[in-house]
Amino acid sequence: MASKVIHAFYDDDDVLMLAVKKVKAAKHHIEEVYCPFPVHGLDKAMGLAPTRLAITSFLYGCVGLTVAVVMMNYIMIEDWPQDIGGKPSFSYLENMPAFVPIMFELTVFFAAHLMVITFFLRSRLWPFKEAENPDVRTTDDHFLMEIEIHNNEQELKDLLMDTGAVEINITEK
Amino acid sequence: MYTFSNRLKIASFILMAVGVLGIGIGFMAAPSTVEEAKAIVAAQGDGHGDAHAVVAEGHGADAQHGEAHDASHDEHLLHQLQNKPWSALYVAAFFFMMISLGVLAFYAIQRAAQAGWSPLLFRVMEGITAYLVPGGIAVFIILALSVAHMNHLFVWMDADVVANDKLLLGKAGYLNGPFFLIRAAIFLGGWMLYREYSRKLSLAQDESNDDANFKLNFRISAAFLVFYLITESIMSWDWIMSVDPHWFSTLFGWYIFASMFVSGITVIALVTIYLKSKGYLPDVNDSHIHDLAKFMFGISIFWTYLWFSQFMLIWYSNIPEEVTYFVSRIADYKLPFFGMVALNFLFPLLLLMNSEFKRVNWFVVMTGVVILFGHYLDIYTAIMPATVGDQWSIGIPEISSVLFFLGMFIFFVFRALSKAPLQPKRNPFIEESKHFHY
Repeated sequence: MASKVIHAFYDDDDVLMLAVKKVKAAKHHIEEVYCPFPVHGLDKAMGLAPTRLAITSFLYGCVGLTVAVVMMNYIMIEDWPQDIGGKPSFSYLENMPAFVPIMFELTVFFAAHLMVITFFLRSRLWPFKEAENPDVRTTDDHFLMEIEIHNNEQELKDLLMDTGAVEINITEK
Repeated sequence: MYTFSNRLKIASFILMAVGVLGIGIGFMAAPSTVEEAKAIVAAQGDGHGDAHAVVAEGHGADAQHGEAHDASHDEHLLHQLQNKPWSALYVAAFFFMMISLGVLAFYAIQRAAQAGWSPLLFRVMEGITAYLVPGGIAVFIILALSVAHMNHLFVWMDADVVANDKLLLGKAGYLNGPFFLIRAAIFLGGWMLYREYSRKLSLAQDESNDDANFKLNFRISAAFLVFYLITESIMSWDWIMSVDPHWFSTLFGWYIFASMFVSGITVIALVTIYLKSKGYLPDVNDSHIHDLAKFMFGISIFWTYLWFSQFMLIWYSNIPEEVTYFVSRIADYKLPFFGMVALNFLFPLLLLMNSEFKRVNWFVVMTGVVILFGHYLDIYTAIMPATVGDQWSIGIPEISSVLFFLGMFIFFVFRALSKAPLQPKRNPFIEESKHFHY
């Protein structure tokens, strides 16, 4: 289904923030906002749900810790409990201080890398991915607000002009 | 302006009175002769006594010096039991002094770093550091009494022991009574001087027309941090490490620093939350508490890092001259020694990891109380194994000492808080601090 969207351009992040608040107040659904840099508080103004990335990271960290413990318990204690320099390899707990550096590093490794991969997957980022910005200026010095049109083209146009947009385009999507 | 509520004042007096009473009972109950000491241990009839019987038997089998050893063992036991009320007093005195000193370090860092979020809390920090003067004097008195041979906290102060101990003879150039007290006086004097002067400048800045006081405060804070870093390290060798004069560890100063720093930050958070709940800090918001909780979280992990680094390096290489420190702690102090790692690490790690929880006051208070208890145990397991050995317990002398110094702490801190407006007026960063938002 071909639908029409309206693209409103802004050249200042403060103006953009006010515009977002006005559009939200007028109960229009903002499809997307393209910015050249992070605008502090934009997610809150748009009413986006908070990220759950930190929670996934915590869980990945727990997985990493488990991997480290199970691995070293198997290798050092169960499979071949050699006497290496007098270290007590009778039980995991007895030799645990020696394993802590690895437990720590693997926890961090899993937490960090799996979280980054989760981020890439969730935000659909990968090499050779086709860039999605609707206008090249949005990576340099312009902010773009995209709103879907439902037979209210003129009303939206007026509203957006009111919010200080420097340019308004209507495109097929 | 904060007014010291009568209820709190009375509570602090009650704490002090109960503390003094308990401390007195503790000193009264300490044995004065070998026979009394033996009777106390026999009356306990618990694990401690049994362990001694086994040890005594083992020695008895060694017939050549069995008699002499038993006698010296009894003497040793007497000293341990006599040390109990002294150690309890010393641990509590040091613990509360250390909180105040940790806050002072945090305060100096906030000034030297020109932090934009914390000026709103400067008066709270200045109030807590007000305890440094009476608390420092209390610690100094205990140290001076030790040098005067009123107790056996520091074994190197005993001339007979030193004379028969080559290691201690070698250290006598550093570890001797007069030099020890001179050092203590210099450390405490320097810290108190900075505290009083910085407080004066901070109050003068409120009334002045320019930022000269603020700038001077910035410079002396930076200078104090250099002084503090050196003196804190030496202080921890003197006042804590030297109870085990045969043992040494290079990162010990940092380790004690982390302990006092996290306790200090925790107390800032607790006092701030208390004052805010009474409506005295209207401009302090969730984000300030959040920042303090982040510091509590981060420094707790830093403390654990140092605790583990010290423990693991010594455990791994297992050199007899170093490892006895941990052998005695693990043998006799298993629960407090490992329990404090749970209290100081696992608890704050899991409770303060969530960003939302750091803004919930009762959560921060609960974690803060656990952290403070954990760091009391930290100082406890640093001092007690050397002074009372396996005769430790947390009973009347220990709890009373804590209550006494807690009462003193509350009294001096809240009295200082009531002496100046709780919000600095002309701090250049005060506007930023009021609007601090995370």
